[in-house]
Formats: sequence, C-alpha cells, structure tokens
Amino acid sequence: MSLLIFADNHNGHFPKHARELISYGRRMAEDLNTQTIVLVTGALSDEELLLPGKYGAHRVLVADDPRFEVLDHKLYTALIEQVVSEKGVTHLLFSYSPAGKALAPLAAARLQAGYVSAVTGLPENYDPFTVRKMIFSGKVFASVEISTEKKVITLAPNAWKEEILGEAVEPEKVSFAGLPQPVTDRLSLERHEGRIMLTDADIVISGGRGMQNAENFRLLEELAGLLGGAVACTRPVSDEGWRPPEEHAGQTGKIIAPDLYFAFGISGAIQHLAGVSGSKVIAAVNKDPDAPIFEAADYGIVGDALEVLPRLIEEVKKRKAARNR
Amino acid sequence: MEIVILLSVVPDTTVRVRLTEEGLPELSQVPLVINPWDELALTRALELKEDPASGVEKVTVLHAGPATHDAVLRKALAMGAGEAVRIDRDPQDAWEAATLLAEYLKEHAYDLVLAGVESSDYNGAATGLLTAGLADIPSVAAVSYVEVKEGEILFTRDLEGGREQVRMDAPVLAVVQKGIAREPRMPSMRGIMMARRMPITVVTPAQSKPLTRTVRFEMPPPKPPCKMVPADEPEKILDLLEQEAKVIRF
Ligand SMILES: Cc1cc2nc3c(=O)[nH]c(=O)nc-3n(C[C@H](O)[C@H](O)[C@H](O)COP(=O)(O)OP(=O)(O)OC[C@H]3O[C@@H](n4cnc5c(N)ncnc54)[C@H](O)[C@@H]3O)c2cc1C
Repeated sequence: MSLLIFADNHNGHFPKHARELISYGRRMAEDLNTQTIVLVTGALSDEELLLPGKYGAHRVLVADDPRFEVLDHKLYTALIEQVVSEKGVTHLLFSYSPAGKALAPLAAARLQAGYVSAVTGLPENYDPFTVRKMIFSGKVFASVEISTEKKVITLAPNAWKEEILGEAVEPEKVSFAGLPQPVTDRLSLERHEGRIMLTDADIVISGGRGMQNAENFRLLEELAGLLGGAVACTRPVSDEGWRPPEEHAGQTGKIIAPDLYFAFGISGAIQHLAGVSGSKVIAAVNKDPDAPIFEAADYGIVGDALEVLPRLIEEVKKRKAARNR
Repeated sequence: MEIVILLSVVPDTTVRVRLTEEGLPELSQVPLVINPWDELALTRALELKEDPASGVEKVTVLHAGPATHDAVLRKALAMGAGEAVRIDRDPQDAWEAATLLAEYLKEHAYDLVLAGVESSDYNGAATGLLTAGLADIPSVAAVSYVEVKEGEILFTRDLEGGREQVRMDAPVLAVVQKGIAREPRMPSMRGIMMARRMPITVVTPAQSKPLTRTVRFEMPPPKPPCKMVPADEPEKILDLLEQEAKVIRF
C-alpha cells in the first residue's frame, strides 16, 4: 500500500493547489499508516524540488524530459500506471486542475479503480473508503463510497491548507524508456503572464454588470492590486468583452474558492454562485437590497459600487500608509 | 467524418434542490433536460456539419439511460442530430455509464467523440475520460474550441494560466467546456416535426456495474444572515474583513 500524489508543474513551480494536495495526501497517509510518493514531470529547479518534502512527501519522483512539456494523455497515463505498479500504489490523488481533471479518470480507467472528483476533505471513513463532495453545483453534499481496492480522487480547490509537515527529501529520477510516443501535436501556446492566477488567489475582487462598463473595472483592478488579489467577473461581463473570458467565474467559468470573494454589482445568480460558493468569506456591494447575492454573502453594503469603491480604495491606501510608517 | 456526442440527461437543477424524508434528492417534479455542456457540444458538432469545408457528414448522440429519457433525446434530434442511440440501462455511476458507452464505441465507427466536462447534477467530471480510457481512444480535455478542416482536427485547450492549440488524428475523444459554442441551438419547428417521426436506436447494454455509491446526501448548514454595513460608512466593511473575518491585511 502507498499513496501517490500527482503534483502539477506550472512553468517550473508547484502551484498552490499542488502544495495543498501534498499536505492533504500526507495527512491521509498518516491515517492509513503509509508513505506519500509525489510524482512530478518536467523541469524544476533544485530549490523548487525541495518543496514537496517540506509539504509532506516521503519520496519525490521526477520525470524530467522535454516530451512531458505537452500534456499527452497516453504518455502521462502510462507514466502513472508504471509508477503505480512499481510502487504498489493504492491511493491516487490529483488536483482539481486542468491536468488533474484529465489524468485522474484516465488513470482510474486503466487501473479499474473507483474515482470521485472534487472531494472536500479527508475521507469520512477509510473502510469502506468514503469521501464527501458537493453535487448539484454546490447545493448538496454527497458522501460517496469507493468499493475497489485502488482509489482515485481529485481534491476540490482550496479544500485544504498547505502545511509544513516534513523535511526536504532528495528527488529520485523515474525511467520513462518504455512509455508510448505522444500523439498530441502542439501548434501554438499562449500564456497569460504576470497576473496572479485566479484559481491561486486568496483574495478575489469581482465585478458584474452593475459595474456598467469596461472602464469602471479599473477601480476593481486598483483595489485588487492594493489587497494582493486577482480580478474576476460574471459571464455577461466577459460576454460583453469588458473583461477577458478567463476571468469569468461560475458554473460555466472558473470554479474558485478564495479566502475573500468581494462582489461588486453582481446579482448573485445561481450559476454564478456555483463557481464561488466555496469561498471562505463573501462580501458584496449591490444597490438592490433584495439581490440574491446577499443571501450568499457574509458582509454586505446596499449602495452604489461606483461610489463605494473609490472610498474603499482611499481607505486601504490610508491604512497601508499608516502600517508602513 | 462522423461525430458522436456522449449525451447525459439531467434534472434541470437551476431550480432549488430539496431532500426527501429518506434523505434523497427530491427530483420527481423537476423536468429532464440535455446536460448543458453536452448541448453546447452538440451545437458545435452541428455547426461543423453545416460547414462543407469540415467534411463532417454525420452527428450522432449516444446516451445510456432508461426509455423515460427518449423525449430528451428527441430534442437532440430536433436540434439536428442525424441519429440518437440509447443504451437501455440506467447507469448508477460514471464508471457504469462509461463502461456502457465504451462497449458501444468499440463496436462502431466514428472519428470524433465529444463529451461535456461534467453533468450538472452529480458534477462527476468523469464519464468522458473514463470512456476514453475504457475504449482506449486517444483523448484531449479542457477543450474550449474545436475546428475540423479537411479532415484535420484542431483543438484549443485551456491550461492553467494560458491556452494552446493542438492537433490530433482521428479517432479522438475530446472533453469540452466553456467556449465550445456560445449559445445552445434552439430546435426549429421543422426540426421538431421531423424528430417526431425519427426512430431512436435502442441498444442492449453490455455487462456493467458501478464502482462507487452515494451513501448519504446532506444539505449544507444554513448560513448566518449577511451583516450589513451602512452605505455612508463603507470603510466599516474593511474593519470587519480585517478584524472579524481575518481575510485581509494592510
Ligand atoms: C446555463 C447557464 C450557465 C451560466 N453560467 C454562468 C456562469 O458561469 N457565471 C456567471 O456569472 N453567470 C452565468 N450565467 C448567467 C447568470 O444566470 C446571470 O445572468 C449572471 O451571473 C448575471 O450577471 P451579473 O450579476 O453581472 O448581472 P445582473 O444579473 O444584471 O446583475 C447586475 C447587478 O448589479 C446591480 N447593480 C447595478 N448597478 C449597480 C451599481 N451602480 N452599484 C451596485 N450594484 C449595481 C444590480 O442591482 C444587479 O443585482 C449562466 C446562465 C445560464 C443559463
């Protein structure tokens, strides 16, 4: 028995969800009285490779080769299958990230293992293995039992906090000589550089149609900049082209779960809330006291976002200046 | 070229979900619809079929479910699908659905299979790629656009913090998400009339069993009411967020 954690490599770094997944896996391994093995692909600096051990990995396996640059499902699934058979892996953990969401079910199919996506915490029970997840887009909790010997899960965004649980360990190289040739041919790549990734952000400042135009989103950018957060929006806002589509949160957009979700001029439609209801704290400014967002929010202001925002920005500036004095 | 859409039928859960006294989701009064993601996938497939340059000749929807789902499959026909195939078993989890779909795909010809990223009821995000794995079809996921040009299949795939364009040979299964089509297609009056007369191909299911089981449903605890801050003193919300909620720092 052992537990395999597939840690995403995002441009040479472990993203927040990968670090959280490692800590989560360590806790599960302690309950199961077993070892955590972290598998990572592609290039990472020596310094970055010290992190998995600190977050809880007992062993770190690295498959560093240019062919892992593109996520080819066959290649990656074969690599995971190889590690599972060599190391006697019984529990496979992935992030609920684009890569994790793809590889977890593919690995489950190869291993004839039961799969549950986006679990919200440690198992409720290990025998039978029972995990909890949200269904109906966040409206109901379901406890799901996996009946197979091998188990595959993805961890919901921000369901676990990263913790320092161990010491750096020496990474080991994995052989990939027998793996199949990739069949995914990359033609072009476009990166959104220089911004805090929305799914990584602890603070998200978000705007809806109530912001009235693209220009007014400057205010949200400014507040986000001051608080160290990222900007998000509702679907009509990205449909209008006021904001880029990758900022749209909700059932059909990004699922995010920051510590603070601060909504300005957002009505709080059920499809929007489906993407943000995992946030620890929701604050909202809306001029309509009956807006449904206030049913989901913890703190609220009934007022005009365009009047409230400049005052909040001024106040944050003032308080930051006072702290720095 | 032939496109197959893996189609899931779901309760329209934009309405509120309640639990029955036995603790099961109360869905008997909720209308059934095509899973929104699959509806967008079908819309895109139909757009491709209408584009002569794509070489797409046929669009089939494939569903595993009971006869009570036929009315929903008829909507897919009314939208423009050329054939609707129903594997006659109500699968109990994604594994069972994928087993049934994969067994069908192994026996039939197709070039491109499209599956929505998740179903809007159980949010399993599993059936598409479990099917690819079980049928051993090359796959690609997080696809936000697909183009077919003279037999070449091009996918736009979303990455964390970016996107890329990839080319893959047929046959291939793609899990599609936001962006694949803008609005679901509305069936035309003519489409609805034609669909009434079209048969639904019913297939005997292969052997299958679920690997997971939902043992309990629970409503999330009610949230305490929203604390309101007066609009003439908006700065107070910063105090609450800093000192009470402890989610911001200056
Ligand atoms: C299948 C489906 C999927 C969907 N998926 C998503 C999704 O993923 N994400 C998503 O966001 N939406 C999604 N939607 C759309 C969703 O139903 C709502 O239409 C959308 O979220 C509303 O966006 P909004 O809050 O920006 O706009 P509106 O609903 O128009 O709300 C604007 C709000 O701003 C307030 N307001 C106006 N002016 C001001 C002001 N000056 N100051 C303060 N407040 C002001 C108003 O009171 C109002 O509450 C989906 C819909 C469908 C059918």
